[in-house]
Parts: sequence; C-alpha cells; structure tokens
Amino acid sequence: MKNKKKDFGPYLYLLPAAVIIFTFRLIPIVLSFIVSFFDWSITGVGGFIALENYGRLLHDAEFWQSMLNTFYLVIFVVPIGLLLALFFANLLNSIEKLKGFFRSVYFIPTVTSMVAISIVWKIMFNQQTGLFNYLLGKIGVNPLGWLAESRGIFDLLLSSAGVDYTAFVTSISGWMHMSYNASYMILAGPSLALFSIIMLTIWKGLGYNTIIYLAGLQNIPSVYYEAAEIDGAGRAKQFFKITLPLISPTTYYVLMMTTITTFQVFSQIYLMTGPPIGGPLGTTKVIVYYLYDKGFGEAGDLSYASAIALVLFAIILILTMVQKRMEKRVHY
Amino acid sequence: MTNWNKTITYTILIICGISMIVPFLWMATTALKSQKEINKGNVGFIPYEEYTAYTRDGVEKRIKVVVAGADSSVVNIFNDAGKIVSAYRKVPNELISEKKKLVFHFENFTEAFNKVPFARYFLNTIIVSTLVVFGVIVTGSLAAYAFARMQFKGREFLFYLFISMMMVPQPVYLIPSYILMHHLGWLDTYNALIIPWIANIFTIFLLRQQFKTIPQELFDAAAIDGCSRFGILWKIVLPLSKSVIVTSAIFGFIGSWNSFMWPLVMIDSPQLRVLQVGLSYFSQEASAQTTLLMAASTFSILPLLILFVIAQKQIIASFASTGLKG
Repeated sequence: MKNKKKDFGPYLYLLPAAVIIFTFRLIPIVLSFIVSFFDWSITGVGGFIALENYGRLLHDAEFWQSMLNTFYLVIFVVPIGLLLALFFANLLNSIEKLKGFFRSVYFIPTVTSMVAISIVWKIMFNQQTGLFNYLLGKIGVNPLGWLAESRGIFDLLLSSAGVDYTAFVTSISGWMHMSYNASYMILAGPSLALFSIIMLTIWKGLGYNTIIYLAGLQNIPSVYYEAAEIDGAGRAKQFFKITLPLISPTTYYVLMMTTITTFQVFSQIYLMTGPPIGGPLGTTKVIVYYLYDKGFGEAGDLSYASAIALVLFAIILILTMVQKRMEKRVHY
Repeated sequence: MTNWNKTITYTILIICGISMIVPFLWMATTALKSQKEINKGNVGFIPYEEYTAYTRDGVEKRIKVVVAGADSSVVNIFNDAGKIVSAYRKVPNELISEKKKLVFHFENFTEAFNKVPFARYFLNTIIVSTLVVFGVIVTGSLAAYAFARMQFKGREFLFYLFISMMMVPQPVYLIPSYILMHHLGWLDTYNALIIPWIANIFTIFLLRQQFKTIPQELFDAAAIDGCSRFGILWKIVLPLSKSVIVTSAIFGFIGSWNSFMWPLVMIDSPQLRVLQVGLSYFSQEASAQTTLLMAASTFSILPLLILFVIAQKQIIASFASTGLKG
C-alpha cells in the first residue's frame, strides 16, 4: 500500500522552525550549563572548574545584594500590580460608555518601548528639572532624591515621622549578630531609587494585566450575579464569593507572567541607574543587570555570568512549579 | 448602578487615565522647550519662555537689566537673533516688564534626529522587524500545520519539547548565544539580529490551536479535489486563519521593534544599531540635553503609537487572547 511508504513530509514542514529552535534555543541552553563549569571567556576556553563558579556565588556580596534587590522588585511589583489591575478591570467592566477608550489609554504604555519610557521617567525623576519634584513643590513637599537616593523607603518614611532608624537598625543588628549594612539593607526596604523603578515597572505593566483581567471578568456568566442578586448578596459579597473564585485561573496566569517578567527586569535598570554602578550604592542592581555586567562589562566573565543566569533559571522554574501546584489545588 | 457610583467610577478612571498619559504628555511638551528654560526651572507642562521686555511705541524688544535703579535702569537691548543692538542704555522702569510667551522649539526634533544617525537606526529596525515577522509567520505556519494536521512519529514529544523551551527566560540563553554567534562569525552582523528570531514557539502554539479548529471535512473535500498538502495549507488553512496570523504578526513586530538586551549585546558597530540601542547610546551621550532626549524619545515611540491608534481593537484583542487558556 502507498501509506506503508515512509512519509517524510511532516518532517519537512517542521524542518525550518526546528532548525532555528534547536540551534538557537536548545543548544544554547545545554551550552550554558557547560559554560558555567568552565573558565570560559570570549577569547577562548580555559580549564574545567566544576562548581567553582557556584561556590563563588555563595560568597559574592554583590550577588546577594542583587538577589535582594530583585526580590524587593518582585515583592512590590507583583502584588501591587495585580491588585491595581484587578481594581481597574472591575471598574472598566462596570461601565458601558467610553470603555474602549479607557482600555486603549491604559494600554498605551504596554506597546511603547521600555527604552524610551525609561529615558522619559529618568528625566521625570531628575532632582532639579524633573516632573515629580516639581509637582511635590506645588503641594509644598520637599524635593526627593528619587533615583539618586540610596536610603531605604521604610527608613525615609519612619525617619520623617521622627523615628531614630539608625538606632533601631543598630540594636537589631547587634541582636541578630549581623553587620549594620546587611541589617540595614533588609530592614530599610528597597532604596527610594529602586522604589522609583518599582513605580515605573508597575505603571508599564498595568495596561496588559488590566486587559487580561477584563477578558477574564467578561467570561464569568452573568447568571451567577443574577442569582446572587436574588439571594440578596451585596456587591462586596458578590465580589468575594463569585468574582474572585471564578477569576482565579486568570489570577494565576497574571501572577506567573508578572513574576517571571519581573525577575528578568533589565532595561529600566540599565537606562535609569547604570552603567556602570547599578544605582546609588548598588541598590538598584538586579540579577539580570548583574549578569550582564559580569558577562559583558569590564570583567568579561562569561562563565560566571552563565552560572548567575542558571540560578535565575532555577528560581523561575521552582516558582513556576509551586504556582502550578497551587493552581491545581484552587481550580474551579 | 447608581448615579453616585457611576460618578466615582468615572472620576477614578479619568484621574488614573491621566496618570497613564502624563509621562507622554510631559515628554512631548518638554521636547518643545528650549534647554535654557528647563535649566532655569521651567519644568511645567507649558513650553513658555520668560524674558524681560522693553516696550516703546508698541514695539517690544528683549533686554537684559545690567543695573537696576529706582526709576530707571541700565539695560542691554537685543534684536530677534539675540545680538546686542544697544548696550548700557538707560531706560525708564515703567517701560520694562516681565513677559511670558509660548514658543515651540520644533527644531529640537530635527536637531536630535541629525545628531546621531537616527534615520539609519530606523532603517535597521524596520529591516530587522519586517524580516523577523515574515520568518516567524512562514516557519510558524509550516510547523503548526505539521503539528495540527499530520501524523508522524515523535509529534507529541517534539511539541512538548518546544513548549518547554518557551519557558526558558531570555537572559539564560543570552550568554551561550553570544558564544555561539562568536563561533558562527555572526557577531556584529544582521544575521545575529534576525536568524535566531525567525522561528517563534509561541507563534507555532497559537497557529496550531487555530489550525486544529478547522473542520476535517474541508480537508477531505480538498483532498478529493486533488489538492496537494501544501495546496490545502495555502488555499484553505491560511485564509481561514487570518486573524491569528495578524495576531502573530503584531506580537512579532512589537517584540522585535522594542527588543533591547539582545541587540545591545550582539551589535558593536554604530551603523548596525537598531533604534532602541541607538536611543540608549544617545541618552548617554546627550544626557544633559533634556529637550533632545525627549524629542528622540517622542519620535522613536511614534511609529508604534500610530500603529496602535490605527489598530487598537485588534492589538488589544490579540494581547487579551494570550491570557485565555487555549
């Protein structure tokens, strides 16, 4: 029979995409493991150094600082970004007139390039000629340092309320047997410089998340709300008992996407606070910026940068798996 | 919804809508100012200029006060070109006044555009983005057709291998790709910007979902009519999948146009810089020239902004569709 003959057709159709994906995705992923085990630079391959790069990471204060900064970024951007998006999606879902207009307005930052936006926001944050200090001045608030401010936001807030933050950190650091600087970095929260970048990142992602949530809300059948209305459930109760549970698949999607992309933040850090420093006292240096700096900066240490990249990969992989687990448990 | 609720809802939406637009508005108005005004502290939204004027017989001239007196002052008088036409003239104070005038410095745009070869950057970006979109659609349609409509050994395995690679974040394969490009001799060439991106796993996934929804009867009928396998793809499948193809093209184009880290790493030569990289270097070179930076930012986001205004419904629907489980 004709069918018995081997049919190579399907493979021919796959070939172009497969060649590209294997060469430029699969091979590099395998290569990145290999590179991280060697003393590899662009000029040539050095010796096999096994796990030395990973050992170095453990004692690299700059690496831990960039991990902490990345963690701050995620911990602020993800929850605030999600809550705001859910809030606006609900507002948009409740109106009829101008819905499309508002949706488009909120979406504009999503389609514009992070490079241009970072340049604009950097100037907005400028201490002398920026918009933020100008607006603060209008309402009688003293100008802030924004991208140049290395002090943590909790420190700034509590100090302005009259709390002696230095004494507080000193006592805690003595009690925890940690250095003052390390305790300060943890206790004072992200620096105002990093917080400025957090604000920008939330603003940039808000439109996309809102659109996704809005699509999710529109998928909830209105009969549920009608039934709840008859049972006498108020709007707040409807939101918590119907909307929130039924929107949870969307929440997991947005949560995962935002977390993964926030872990990979690079452009805004590079353009607004680097190179070469990575913000005041390195307080905006995040993990991808650090690996870029190590690999392509003065050090040119590609294998060390590869090790950092793989740690990032591991973190993202673990988080994805944890979120998938949780999603299965709370799926409606 | 009660009227009161409605008012609150719209008020919040308007206020927050403004905050989404304000950075762009401020960018455009700052681009129209003169650097002198900004340095003087005029950083509001209106590009006005402040100056001291001497008005006599209805003719206004710009002056600079050298010595201020009680009734009259010693001033320098300038012509329109900013040259002194009369130095140390004593004029009565009542003819001197502080003036504000709207002045739009459109020349900032041409100055920024010509200061570094932005035209070249635009051209590079258009070439790269167009070829990437074209490649992504071609390779994606072929692969998705095989995955959705053909039986072959290893189909499921290959598909899940592709999907799992989609999860790998770009920073992870950036460094090994750089090494790979070095060995291929592609560093600092268009190849490095285009070839690795002409296949996109997400596009394959989207198109496969779409191709699967086409009823089998259409394929059977076409096969009976003697239509070849490729003929079916070309004459039946693709025309029925226009909207998904447009979605893929939109993602491909926006992604390619805005990509930054990859071209930053792969390209060294100034003449091969794409727009985002060129803009980034420009922001370092002209860091003190706020007006030029704002002008450059404005014209570099303009193409996508125009595209968005024209096709906003389609673009938003495309992005929204990514959130729905397919």
